[in-house]
Amino acid sequence: MSNSYTDHKGRPIVVVTGMGVVTSLGKGKADNWSALTAGKSGIKKVERFPIDGLNTIIAGTVDFMDSEEVSAPAISYAMADSTAGEALEEAGFGTDGFPGPLFFAAPPVELEWQHRFTLMEENPVENPGYEAILQAARAKKHENMHSLVQLGTIAYRIAEKYRTKGLPISLSTACASGATAIQQGMESIRRGESKAALCVASDGSVTAEGLIRFSLLSALSTNNEKPTAASRPFSKDRNGFVMAEGSGALVLESLEHAVGRGANIIGVLRGVGEKADFFHRTRSSPDGKPAITTIHQAIEDAGITTADIDYINAHGTSTPENDRMEYNSLKAVFGEAIHKVPISSNKSMIGHTLTAGGAVEAVFSFLTMKDGIIPPTINYDTPDPDIPLDVVPNVKREANVRNVLSNSFGFGGQNACLVFGRDVA
Amino acid sequence: MTTNTKEVWITGIGMVSSIGEGAQTHWAALSEAENPKPVIDTDKFKPYAVHPLPEMDWALQMPRKDQRQMENWQRLGVYAAGLALDDAGIKDNEELVSSMDLVVCAGGGERDLVTDENILKEAKSRNDRDLILNERLPQDLRPTLFLAQLSNLMAGNISIVHKVTGSSRTYMGEESAGITAVRDAVARISNGQSTHLLVGGAYNAERPDLFLNLELGHYLAQDNSAPVWERQEKDGGVIPGSAGVFLVLESADHAKARGAKAYAKLGAVASDLGPRDMDNTKDRLNTMMSELALEPSSSLAVITGCTGYKGITEWEYGAIQGKLGMEVPIRAYTSMIGNPMEANFPFAIALAALALHKNGFYPTFEKAEKPVKINPTSVMVSTSGHYRGEGIALVEKISCK
Repeated sequence: MSNSYTDHKGRPIVVVTGMGVVTSLGKGKADNWSALTAGKSGIKKVERFPIDGLNTIIAGTVDFMDSEEVSAPAISYAMADSTAGEALEEAGFGTDGFPGPLFFAAPPVELEWQHRFTLMEENPVENPGYEAILQAARAKKHENMHSLVQLGTIAYRIAEKYRTKGLPISLSTACASGATAIQQGMESIRRGESKAALCVASDGSVTAEGLIRFSLLSALSTNNEKPTAASRPFSKDRNGFVMAEGSGALVLESLEHAVGRGANIIGVLRGVGEKADFFHRTRSSPDGKPAITTIHQAIEDAGITTADIDYINAHGTSTPENDRMEYNSLKAVFGEAIHKVPISSNKSMIGHTLTAGGAVEAVFSFLTMKDGIIPPTINYDTPDPDIPLDVVPNVKREANVRNVLSNSFGFGGQNACLVFGRDVA
Repeated sequence: MTTNTKEVWITGIGMVSSIGEGAQTHWAALSEAENPKPVIDTDKFKPYAVHPLPEMDWALQMPRKDQRQMENWQRLGVYAAGLALDDAGIKDNEELVSSMDLVVCAGGGERDLVTDENILKEAKSRNDRDLILNERLPQDLRPTLFLAQLSNLMAGNISIVHKVTGSSRTYMGEESAGITAVRDAVARISNGQSTHLLVGGAYNAERPDLFLNLELGHYLAQDNSAPVWERQEKDGGVIPGSAGVFLVLESADHAKARGAKAYAKLGAVASDLGPRDMDNTKDRLNTMMSELALEPSSSLAVITGCTGYKGITEWEYGAIQGKLGMEVPIRAYTSMIGNPMEANFPFAIALAALALHKNGFYPTFEKAEKPVKINPTSVMVSTSGHYRGEGIALVEKISCK
């Protein structure tokens, strides 16, 4: 049942034919890749809103998009539009629409304070509250505000603009969402439901309230003095992640479909693993079992062994707990060999793009294989002796990378790992 | 569209709504009563109506320490998930729940209304509004509230409380979320990717912030708590309803192997998105019904989760009658339960499965609906989102082979 278009399990081989990316380092693959391989950080002091009195005042904000307003849904949409467009252009899908569904990793959006204040001013009363702003809503239709706060809107807009097929899928697995979007596109092609899938993830939710909420969970780095040095994955002195914005998009196709239309193939989606964890809402099982199972599954699903993995694109958030858990889980799967496999965290430069992370890092993983250059883990000057990994410290490295393992872990016990390959055969 | 290669059976139903909790309670209230009456509160959020949650004893399905980490939206989901697992006879069966896949449709969670209103009051007299947020939010927000707000944390809590940990996915996008969740669940079981799975969601309608989200686009019914079709005579509009629903789905082989009872078979699911005008919408619904090979039949009935919003409600009704005939019995279950948003589609599927299992159907929920002549052997379930997205599914009696 296997032929040149199917994998070791007889499923259609899924390839990538287009990619797009936006992070705090810039818009598009070219700008991002040159900054990322140069070890440049996109983390800076927040300028979007006043930072007085906040414990964390840094983030990887994306301040250069032309969005209809400065809000999480508007910025998230603008970035998703940019990366989807870039990916489709590279894949060579013109104006005829896209022959598959959209899988969108959606950021948590809701009404923001600017909207509540606007409504409050529209109905000035002695004692403002929900009753008063509801009256304001009742008095005048706020079509755009309604549309922005619906969790499905960004996907609807992208689906309509790029004419993807059917009902677009909006999903969330917290900080693993980007990987889950890719996984679902891959599954849809493997099941034979579609020949192509557009997978997009976007997160532009650096608002005051967003920053404060993560801060209250003690999840964020407070290295405010030197923003570019704040994200320190695998360092002994790491003290939290840096909230960031970004978007990643990938065009997936069955190999047969891509070859049939003469598309340029960037790489292959080889395997995926997922496993939920019941240990805690924000922490992983101390024995790492769910993460270990997820990594195992992904490599097994790819039909390769740990020896075939030439590079690991780490989740590497720079929180004390994640980086330790990630190392222990990898060691359980790879054994001692893990100390020889280069592993780096893009988050050292772009921060944690949350919902978008898995997709942004997938784009960088494919560029790593294509150019044979591993981006570094920057800010690595005090190694953690408990995490003796080759983190490609501070400077990029040339290497022949055939397969990449990419890890994503999220709040709510979410674990998703992907295996990417450079060559189809 | 998804097509089945392996049969997907519904082997567990957990449901909670204004009517009460449990499949049996819903069947009794909606089918055995002569004229089923909704539980509806027209006072608390006047001029809007809402179908409120019944009195809940959360402790029946979750420890107090976990309750404290959630607000009602997540509690409702965790509770309904527990009922479904109980009903399927696999609650606390470690082997089965640890390999069970979890698919949730979710919105966002509760806000701290007191904190929000305090900020609004302070903002009235100050121009440096951004600074008020920096002063108040770090002090006034409970750190764990964030976790009660994250969309995927309903799933996270179900994993923690019920140990369902095969995999976990959360879909978003209002009513479309429910359609997508069921579609993903069916696709995975039909394809052999999953053998048993828990799918569903919940909606806590009694929140002023959620009324606000809907009223911004003028989607709510005002001073009008009539059932769905009658509501159209006076502007129509959505009446939200608090509800939670989870279904245990299994491949027929998996269910048979463990001797599980099954309510019904869940067939194909079709879904789409497109411009919300009459012609385009009817075309899409027609195409979806054709994909499912639906034809007029005296043994087919329809359960719709139509929201009551003007336009789409009539177009959906028209498309169904156009395709399946003027005599087809259609029940707008939302007249009884309200619109439970993300949970809309799975709730309709639960009601369909329940009727097929009971060899009966629901009496009319209002005058405009046609009584059934013979009890259906298949039920089409339909959900058209208040704002975007449409989905249909076919639920069928399991044939005795």
